[in-house]
Amino acid sequence: MLTLENVTKRFGQKIAVDNASFSVDQPAMIGIIGRSGAGKSTLLRMLNRLSDPSAGTMQYRDINVSALSGAAKRNWQSRCAMIFQQFNLVPRMDVVSNVLHGTLNRRSTLATMFNLYPQADIHQAIDILERLGIADQAAKRAEALSGGQQQRVAIARALMQDPEIILADEPIASLDPMNAQIVMQSLRRIHEEDGRMVIANLHTLDTARRYCDRVIGMRDGRIVFDGTPAQLTTGVARDIYGAGDDFSEAATSTEIDALDRPKQGMPLPA
Amino acid sequence: MTDATLDDATLTTAQIRRAYLAQTRRKRSYGAILMGVFVVLMVAGFHTADQRNAGGFWSGLHRFFDFPGEVLGEAAQKLADMPAHLATYAPALLETINIAAASTLIGALLAAVLSLLSTRGMARWPRLVPVFRRCMDIMRAVPEIVIALVLIFVLGGGPVPAMIAIAIHTAGALGKQFSEVNENASLKPLEGLESVGATWAQRMWLGVLPQVSPNWFSYGLMRFEINIRASAILGFVGAGGIGYELRNAISWGKGKYDEAAAIFFMLFVTIVIVDQISAKMRQQLTHGRQTKEQGQ
Repeated sequence: MLTLENVTKRFGQKIAVDNASFSVDQPAMIGIIGRSGAGKSTLLRMLNRLSDPSAGTMQYRDINVSALSGAAKRNWQSRCAMIFQQFNLVPRMDVVSNVLHGTLNRRSTLATMFNLYPQADIHQAIDILERLGIADQAAKRAEALSGGQQQRVAIARALMQDPEIILADEPIASLDPMNAQIVMQSLRRIHEEDGRMVIANLHTLDTARRYCDRVIGMRDGRIVFDGTPAQLTTGVARDIYGAGDDFSEAATSTEIDALDRPKQGMPLPA
Repeated sequence: MTDATLDDATLTTAQIRRAYLAQTRRKRSYGAILMGVFVVLMVAGFHTADQRNAGGFWSGLHRFFDFPGEVLGEAAQKLADMPAHLATYAPALLETINIAAASTLIGALLAAVLSLLSTRGMARWPRLVPVFRRCMDIMRAVPEIVIALVLIFVLGGGPVPAMIAIAIHTAGALGKQFSEVNENASLKPLEGLESVGATWAQRMWLGVLPQVSPNWFSYGLMRFEINIRASAILGFVGAGGIGYELRNAISWGKGKYDEAAAIFFMLFVTIVIVDQISAKMRQQLTHGRQTKEQGQ
């Protein structure tokens, strides 16, 4: 279904993603873990074609994603939604308009410039907001919402695209544990109910373990682990994060009940 | 229980839909009305202006490119003379750039003081903020050419009246832009400096300047570009420099168009060079600031 072969991204001398290859046969919820700077974001940005790979190919069904350009590239981007760490909404526009931005690829530039969307789309946008539990915020400006609510608006925008793949780049990194849980559960539900593929960059192990069917570990641009959450032992995790023996999962956890768990070692300073 | 909540939820959704659609319709009709007013104003205004115009817009439109065509045609014919013209007018161009540079520098210094005095939260005398603002308004409102004409009448022709005239306008224009930059600066460092007993000048110099200098500098460089053009125009009214030569060449008419073309070319190249240099310097300034932030 989705196949990446030797995908590489160079920024000058620095190699951000180094010969990344993996393939996905059926829609799954995939978590990519690794330290900051391991190349997770770059990989997702290349999949959405926000940035171009320096080498390698990306194939989705019969589309050669890495070779697309112009209108074909924009069409791919509309089928492959992206959710960002900092939400990337238009702060001064109302929530429904932000969600309707998901339809931009289908609509004419002139109509969207004057904010003219079909009534059916507006109804659908409000339905999606309802599904994510924030329909009562519909008429507010995006900037007036809390972080967790904004991220759900961003997910609504992604759903409005009716995409086959949803890429989520650190979707919960700027949220508190309560909102993080709501957002992750929403993503999981979208995967289970709609059968969409979800690929999420996560910086905490337990989130990946809890919500994902498959975990890919990256270190210094290379894929160093690819397997089920059960195969992800503490030893493997230490390898991915390049941490010593004092590394424990609870130390990186953002989950609420993590505090109650017995701690195995000293918490990491950072 | 479940059914009740479900019903409740759908009801709210319907309400939300209705409310949002009503809001959208209201916004759309406002937009349509505004658009209509805009179109009517544009058409009516153009109609009035066209009637007042001696020649008529449509009848004159096709001659729009005649003059540039004539100038370029003559310049192309006498292309061999071009290097000589460039050499002849180089000193005049230098004079124009000098006027622009001196007036930008003096105007910017004055603008810096005025902007600090007229920014809320920083002003030395908060009650006098409106006074300094009106001073800058006046400096901006009077056209440079008017000040220059008065000064030329008083002081005689030459670069000094032009310099003073442009400096006054620069002080007003840059002062306004600088004070907008100041408003975005954080007041926390100022409070910190005030808490150690610093004077107003110390607070401004050590607390505000480091925050605003890159933006001030970038506005100043853009003003320099504008001032080159302004000082060229003032040459028309007797302030010397390349504008004086340009007036002579253009008012001579046919036969000296190649010289006019040479002068236009030199002005264009000068603006391009200044723009390139200022873009580099601005980049360095912002880049330098970034490395500092990374270091912290």
